[in-house]
Amino acid sequence: MIDLGILEYGFFQNALLAGLFASISCGIIGSYVVVRRMVSISGGISHAAFGGVGLGYLFGLDPLAGAFGFTTVIALGIGILKEKAGQNLDTLVAAVWASGMALGIICISLAPGYAPDLFSYLFGNILLVPGQDILLMAVLCAIILAVVAILYTQLQAVTFDEEYARVMNLPVTRLSLLLLVLVAVTVVMLIRVVGIILVIALLTLPAATARGFTKRLHTMMAASVCLGLLFSIGGLLLSYLLDIPSGATIILLATAGYVISLPITRAARG
Amino acid sequence: MIPAIEVRDVSFGQDGSPILDSVSLSVMEQDMYALIGPNGGGKTTLLKIILGLLPARSGTVRIYGKSPGEGRQIVGYVPQFRTFDFRYPITVKEMVLSGRLSHTRGMLRRYREEDHAAVRKVLERLDLSGLAGRTLSHLSGGEQQRAILARALAGNPRVLILDEPTVYVDTPTAFQFFDILDELKRSMTILLVSHDIGVISRHVTKVACLNHTLHTHNTPEITEDMIAATYHCPVDLIAHGLPHRVFDDHGGEEGQ
Repeated sequence: MIDLGILEYGFFQNALLAGLFASISCGIIGSYVVVRRMVSISGGISHAAFGGVGLGYLFGLDPLAGAFGFTTVIALGIGILKEKAGQNLDTLVAAVWASGMALGIICISLAPGYAPDLFSYLFGNILLVPGQDILLMAVLCAIILAVVAILYTQLQAVTFDEEYARVMNLPVTRLSLLLLVLVAVTVVMLIRVVGIILVIALLTLPAATARGFTKRLHTMMAASVCLGLLFSIGGLLLSYLLDIPSGATIILLATAGYVISLPITRAARG
Repeated sequence: MIPAIEVRDVSFGQDGSPILDSVSLSVMEQDMYALIGPNGGGKTTLLKIILGLLPARSGTVRIYGKSPGEGRQIVGYVPQFRTFDFRYPITVKEMVLSGRLSHTRGMLRRYREEDHAAVRKVLERLDLSGLAGRTLSHLSGGEQQRAILARALAGNPRVLILDEPTVYVDTPTAFQFFDILDELKRSMTILLVSHDIGVISRHVTKVACLNHTLHTHNTPEITEDMIAATYHCPVDLIAHGLPHRVFDDHGGEEGQ
């Protein structure tokens, strides 16, 4: 019998809330990432976030605030360089992926005092999310929901067929940059839950699984949010019962869900 | 009479090896104008300049007297077939609706009743009404192509621009597609890029050959031997690097 007395602890309630907000944001933004094939750019942005964490430590800011500012700048930088300077996206991603990590390591080594717990930034710990970060996650989640609700039609057009969206006189460049910023915001939210290295899996696996069962973008988003909740809360309980790291458990559960869904969707498609 | 599309002295690319070298053409109202030529000859580039997707290095483009950006409202565009992901979670109806986006306003870009009415009409016209709720990946090649055409027609364009519309479908489907275009050319001007000389010959009113420079006679009659000559022009141009005669008899002016 599972002892659910743990639900009464504040830290566990925080963990559930963190899972909820993470699932909503990565279900919605992850759907765009999957349908527009932005997986590698999202991976680059998430690893670059470590540079922001380091800068936050070095200058005595909240590390997540540092990551938030830094990833936003990186995301815009990648988007603008690709658009204006005609740089190869793969190369830009590789550059920020590694240099962000490098910057983070150097900043943390230069920061005064004891070295912070890097492990929790790299692999996350949903059980240790402080109350103020829950509040931040709630606000960011609300912003994502509002922006996507307002721009749904335009973002769908841009992610489906960018060139045609341009012919339809939509502000394609600005919308693409906005989408990159939303990815950056989501990545920062997920750092606390699954960590920098594992973010990309939580961003893509629920959406990729949902895609097999849905035929419209908004239903894909809704299904993806539900799957995210299933994976994050299921992973959380499993990690508690087995006493293993939560972030990694969530990711392995999401991977298992994705793999199991493949033959089912294949059969459904006929 | 003001041309539907007027391209004047348009160049694109670097000076030494331009992709387009001082290209001029006029597509008149009710024309069905075919642009043929070898791969890399600049056909798609020219279409993108006409659509305002690429800036010309020099020269001007006018669509019914307007700049490409302003002209888009009256232009329908059928891009090359495989330019987007057919597994995208979008229904035929949603995709065709997106062809109305240039008629919508504000951040929400909400579709109004007239947008839905226009989409119903065009789905009916292209025999797609029964497929409106399907996703693209659940359509046949011919149906996918009609859906892409429907998106271009949803905005009630006066000018229809098509880039290699039949390149990925089998010959019977291509014939059916050109029958649809035949019907459309009564109510709009059509400019298309095609490799499919055999199919287009019976349908178009003018042909131009583009390989960095443009050659045309603006002729309405197209005989088999003219088409044969045009079909060989890429080979000739590559072999000699010189402009050459596309057609047997030179009545009209050369594009160059």
